[in-house]
Amino acid sequence: MLVKFLSGDLPRSRLLGLVLAAIVFGLLLAPFLFSGARPLNTAATICIYIVLVASYDLLLGYTGIVSFAHTMFYGIGAYGVGIALASVEEPTWRVVLVGLVLALLLTVALAFVIGLFALRVRAIFYAMITLAVASSFAVLASQLSDLTGGEDGRTFSVPELLSPGFTLMENAVFGRAVDGRLVTYYIVFFGCALLFLFLLRLVNSPFGRVLQAIRENEFRAEALGYRTVVYRIWANVLAAVVAALAGALMALWLRYVGPKTSLGFEVMIDILLIVVIGGMGTMYGAVIGATLFILAQNYLKTLMGHASEALSGVPMLAAALHPDRWMLWLGVLFILSIYFFPIGIVGKLRMRGFIAKR
Amino acid sequence: MHINEPSHDWNRTVSASLPITKDKDAPAAAPDTPLPASRPDIAPLLLVPLLALAALPFMSFPTWVTLSVAGLAMGMMIFIMASGLTLVFGLMNVLNFGHGAFVSVGAFSATLVLIPMRNWLEADSLAANLGALGLAVLLAMTVTAVLGWAFERIVIMPVYGQHLKQILITMGGMIVTEQLINVIWGAEQVPLPLPTALRGAIFLGDAAIEKYRLLAVVVGLCVFAAMFLTLNRTRIGLLIRAGVENGEMVEAMGYRIRRLFVAVFAAGSSLAGLGGVMWGLYKETLTAAMGADITVMIFIVIIIGGLGSVGGCFIGALLMALVANYAGFLAPKVALVSNIILMIAILLWRPAGLYSTSRG
Amino acid sequence: MAQPRNEPILSLSGVHTHIGQYHILQGVDLAVPRGGLAVLLGRNGAGKTTTLRTIMGLWKASRGSIVFDGRDITRMATPDIARAGIAYVPESMAVFSELTVRENLLLAARSGPLDSARVDWICGFFPALKKFWHYPAGNLSGGQKQMVAIARAIVEPSKLLLVDEPTKGLAPAIVQSLMAAFRELKDTHTTILLVEQNFNFVRTLGDSVGVMDDGRIVHTGAMRDLAGDEALQQRLLGLALDAHQ
Repeated sequence: MLVKFLSGDLPRSRLLGLVLAAIVFGLLLAPFLFSGARPLNTAATICIYIVLVASYDLLLGYTGIVSFAHTMFYGIGAYGVGIALASVEEPTWRVVLVGLVLALLLTVALAFVIGLFALRVRAIFYAMITLAVASSFAVLASQLSDLTGGEDGRTFSVPELLSPGFTLMENAVFGRAVDGRLVTYYIVFFGCALLFLFLLRLVNSPFGRVLQAIRENEFRAEALGYRTVVYRIWANVLAAVVAALAGALMALWLRYVGPKTSLGFEVMIDILLIVVIGGMGTMYGAVIGATLFILAQNYLKTLMGHASEALSGVPMLAAALHPDRWMLWLGVLFILSIYFFPIGIVGKLRMRGFIAKR
Repeated sequence: MHINEPSHDWNRTVSASLPITKDKDAPAAAPDTPLPASRPDIAPLLLVPLLALAALPFMSFPTWVTLSVAGLAMGMMIFIMASGLTLVFGLMNVLNFGHGAFVSVGAFSATLVLIPMRNWLEADSLAANLGALGLAVLLAMTVTAVLGWAFERIVIMPVYGQHLKQILITMGGMIVTEQLINVIWGAEQVPLPLPTALRGAIFLGDAAIEKYRLLAVVVGLCVFAAMFLTLNRTRIGLLIRAGVENGEMVEAMGYRIRRLFVAVFAAGSSLAGLGGVMWGLYKETLTAAMGADITVMIFIVIIIGGLGSVGGCFIGALLMALVANYAGFLAPKVALVSNIILMIAILLWRPAGLYSTSRG
Repeated sequence: MAQPRNEPILSLSGVHTHIGQYHILQGVDLAVPRGGLAVLLGRNGAGKTTTLRTIMGLWKASRGSIVFDGRDITRMATPDIARAGIAYVPESMAVFSELTVRENLLLAARSGPLDSARVDWICGFFPALKKFWHYPAGNLSGGQKQMVAIARAIVEPSKLLLVDEPTKGLAPAIVQSLMAAFRELKDTHTTILLVEQNFNFVRTLGDSVGVMDDGRIVHTGAMRDLAGDEALQQRLLGLALDAHQ
């Protein structure tokens, strides 16, 4: 039954399975396992990033397309919901829906046009074009500041069910007040779970196998009769839609949208790092990678801060360990992963499992 | 089919023992060979002048002159930065997504000369200013050439032929470089004021032309001329042009083309360094992210020009800069996306860019 | 380095070449006699082109050895093999389209400028070259490109000339020029190893012949003997040989 649930894509490694189970249960029970706002925020971010990176893995790992426009769709989803809620007096579910639908329409249209236009050219061209389009979009977003709030972004209220003040039950459950935050968290969690399972289904279906065939040898796939352009456009659109939905969930969670959190190039780099370190073309790589990354981002930086202060006598070293230089170490880890770890964490764990079995 | 004994046809037409006179007696080597048309592709060459002329009616003449020079200057600088990238791609089929790193490193290394030599820069003497700048540029180009050589050997060589890994690894390289610049030079912006003799503008009638921009145009033209002459008149240029088409055949002709690759990569990186110094002075501030910021523009330029074409890159850079300047004056909101619109327009006309090499 | 005159200039022993998972050459033993024109025959897919590319180092032999003029070139890099004295005219001709005819030849002249006497001699076989001297090679017809490719290979004197299917797709008149060129080259002590499918082109031209099938040499001998033995021709080369006129 578990096999069907996971669309036939089992972890294939005992250790991997254990880690994944731990992550899933940790996220499921997060509000009750940890107290305080920060852990919950971390958990929600992990959920959303898992979906965001998994949707990118659909493009990169399964279809072999390098695109830098992924955060653009994430941002469209977030801003769609955010702008809609910010523009009305009464935040209702109807408003959320309208914002979401408009965002999705824009997403599909853009993904389709970009795919149509750019997928006919070579991969490198496509990568550069998506980079150009995404950065122009970001510039546009910060310029239309009346709508988008420019650099500062916009805050807004969410429907009553989700607002922190709302209480669903009188008594606390396991020490956690059942308030709007909790409700929002579970909407995020289950929403992300559904999206992830959808992606898993997709990559294990005949459609997914054609994508992988295209990644391996496009010429042969075309010769076998598959119109590769059609498949790649579909992959592009689907990945974009999932990213937009992830963005919408993030907007609901944060009750804020802004270019740094949604459209910035930093997010794109984060996604790339996670997908490479976690393992491309595995889906589960997104789970492990996102968890490790977000945890590190939140908690490792503090550690770096302490280390930096401790080493304040050695200026270069102190500067290198300063929490702001978090990206330096990430970048080094990224490069090392590509060389020595090309199959990522999931790939390595699976290989171990495979070798152990023989 | 009959067994055709070739010798009797042979005796009639070609006789190998009379090499010289044959030219006149023999008919053309094969009957179906009209002289091949050798039509040079001039349409792209007209784009820049046409654009400039098209903008003229919309503004006063002095404004047009100022904007055009600004556009030319900016275009030259971008060309200098981008030319190395397109050549490396054409020759080695390597796309360095981290090319912007050389821009930043070039600019920051220049400060190692410019800051101690502040007096020369502040003196109101063109010779002193140019002298200091010259030294700074020399240092920047040397540092970036060495960095480029190291980058090619250490980062890129292991992933030859694997485009996906190349894209990812070179991006990683840029991130690490940017962060290292922050570590070494600090995380704040570094101001870089223009040298005294290069500040301000000269006036042609009513039109103001900034002196620094003139210098940029001159330098840009020199770089372009040098590249053009090298590619077309020297043996190395011949090797590069042939290597862009078919590296394997060049090797089969006895040339160790791998060494050439590394040299071209280093040269391209040092050009980016030069561009970085000039760009830094243009903006009068340096940030570690300046290379990353300009990467998008560089990519658009080489896409427009056609991957591998230096001439296309030149035209593309000028076009982009001119469009940005004219649009900035005429329709500021559009100016922000003018790059993309230009790119789309060119790609609709020529999907592989203005001039594509046979590999494109 | 000097070898006695009767030693083969090139010998392959037990050469295997793998391309990816395909095992193309399965133990090639070939000896090319010094001087003269050796022909390598065989149908499509027999491994003739792979053999030439392996000699040239463009593909590395996975097993076996290749000895040229007394040196083991099995593991040498392609540029060094070329400098050792082997010139190569590939099946695809590989002329540089963006370069003019002159520039194509100039590139081949590794030691410096073009030797005009040599150029005149070459243009003796291929008069069209002079006509198109400053044209980009990409603008030429197939036959003219083939002339450029061969001219390029003989600009510098070499010890061994490898030519891969030069007559493919060419008009008969050009084929005559090629024949003349090869005969003269033989006279200049250049050994030629010619891969061909067109038996009629080579039956009067070749001195020795090797026939390949399925990645191995299945027959070697004098061309004269093969040319006179129709039954042998049928057996080795399959259907009517003049089908490839």
